[in-house]
Amino acid sequence: MESETIIEVRGLVKRFGKFIANDHLSFTVAKGEIFGFLGANGAGKTTAIRILSGLSSPTSGYVSVAGIDASRYPEKVKKSIGYMCQRFSLYEDLTVFENIRLYGGVYGLTLKEIRLRSDEMLGRLDISDLRDRLIGSVPLGWRQKLAFSVAIFHQPKIVFLDEPTGGVDPITRRQFWDLIYEASRAGITVFVTTHYMDEAEYCDRVCILSEGKIQAIGNPVELKRSFGVTSMDEVFVKVARNV
Amino acid sequence: MTAESKLGCRANYFWSMNSPIVECRSVSKKYGEIPALVNFDIDISEGEVFGMIGPDGAGKTTLFRILSSLILPDSGRAIVLGHDVVKDYRFIRKSIGFMPGRFSLYQDLTVEENLNFYASVFGVNIHDNYHLIKDIYAPLEPFRTRRAGKLSGGMKQKLALSCALIHQPMLLILDEPTTGVDAVSRKEFWDHLGSLQKDGMTILVSTPYMDEAQRCGRLAMIQKGCLLDIGKPEEIRSRFNGTLFQLTCSDRYQALLICRNSEQISSVHAFGQALHLTLADGGQTEVVENLLVHQGIGEVVIHEIPPSIEDCFMQYLM
Repeated sequence: MESETIIEVRGLVKRFGKFIANDHLSFTVAKGEIFGFLGANGAGKTTAIRILSGLSSPTSGYVSVAGIDASRYPEKVKKSIGYMCQRFSLYEDLTVFENIRLYGGVYGLTLKEIRLRSDEMLGRLDISDLRDRLIGSVPLGWRQKLAFSVAIFHQPKIVFLDEPTGGVDPITRRQFWDLIYEASRAGITVFVTTHYMDEAEYCDRVCILSEGKIQAIGNPVELKRSFGVTSMDEVFVKVARNV
Repeated sequence: MTAESKLGCRANYFWSMNSPIVECRSVSKKYGEIPALVNFDIDISEGEVFGMIGPDGAGKTTLFRILSSLILPDSGRAIVLGHDVVKDYRFIRKSIGFMPGRFSLYQDLTVEENLNFYASVFGVNIHDNYHLIKDIYAPLEPFRTRRAGKLSGGMKQKLALSCALIHQPMLLILDEPTTGVDAVSRKEFWDHLGSLQKDGMTILVSTPYMDEAQRCGRLAMIQKGCLLDIGKPEEIRSRFNGTLFQLTCSDRYQALLICRNSEQISSVHAFGQALHLTLADGGQTEVVENLLVHQGIGEVVIHEIPPSIEDCFMQYLM
């Protein structure tokens, strides 16, 4: 793995009134790394992701994403990242190609580039025949894979995936992770949240948040060893319950 | 509806405690051209925790809506607590507790107001039935004047379960209560279901998480509206076809790519830090091991393991 740092977070604090959602977070993520961001509901994951993707600014601390100071230039950050979440993946009443064109256009690609890249992308996914189908009629599994491909369509340096595999069948979930590995090998950094603990094992490193603080960070193998357990599920339970 | 409609609700009054709590016979439902349930059959007995396991779009919610009389089946017949869900919908609605997948309590009512509302709709007194929800509701007590919309995900889930339980239903139907819930809260939730079962409650619950299957007494694996398998978790696992091996090594992803192209191997899937594989006819673990070692993969260890529910589910999908 290359050691170039793509995300740097130092002493990140985010307060909402008296509530501290992120309490002095510090970590770095390397180029091409698959970085799992785990934590119980309400641990502060979404708040941190919003800051890292330029949608919210920190109360204090330093956040650099793809070499850009995220609190000073959030708009620049938005251009250099991709984002996908489970709840929303693509517009159901637009066709596959119309969705791609919309996203490509938003990120400033020319129609020519969009056509070229979308042919290549649909060919690679082996779904060229779905090009003019409404997204609403495309099976969920394919929709999620398309949504991911659309999220990295503008070739961002980092892609944020917020529970990308929720609700999909176990085969599709694994196919989705194949896409993540491919992206990572192509040098895209993948920042992913999940509630599936077996997926935590697929990450190069994971960071576990609880009550706004980082409680554990490291390679899954090291974490399991240091907690003396055999699965990330057990690590998660121990960390989240502060055992 | 043909002959059976003549039996009508009258026949159903002969329901006894030995009859199944839920009986589904050839239930089908389509949305437009898309089949959501296809000739679906299940029986659920009293006191069971019965799991419906399957991905989004498998038909879990459609089945639950039919069983709770919220939508009508296109064909087939569903009997709940001895009553036809179409004819006796009033009885069904009074007698079951239903927790839908999407949070559907009143967001602008407080915790306490929501609970009071549900109790009053069912004509019960919270104090009389408080023992039913005590363990689940207790953590919410300090927040009883908070609006439901302002609760965290875990607390909303507890409140929704409390509201579904307050009238002491004879059957509890929970549609994906743990979706999007973290691993620790999910375990706690299943512990609650375990204690409810001990008190004699029959519970029908759906989940997309295969690891939760182990917590069910019996389960049905469903996909595209069809039953893939049904039984106790260990029965389903015993029906796994072939011998399952676990492979660990230094580079799981590279090993996965190599295994996919090997004629020695019939199926291979990533499973956490390991790979799970079955051999093709004539395939041998020693040959697979050598193949990987020759391609520079280190620390290769292959050994036989018992299949999990997820292994079984994937075998049906292949």
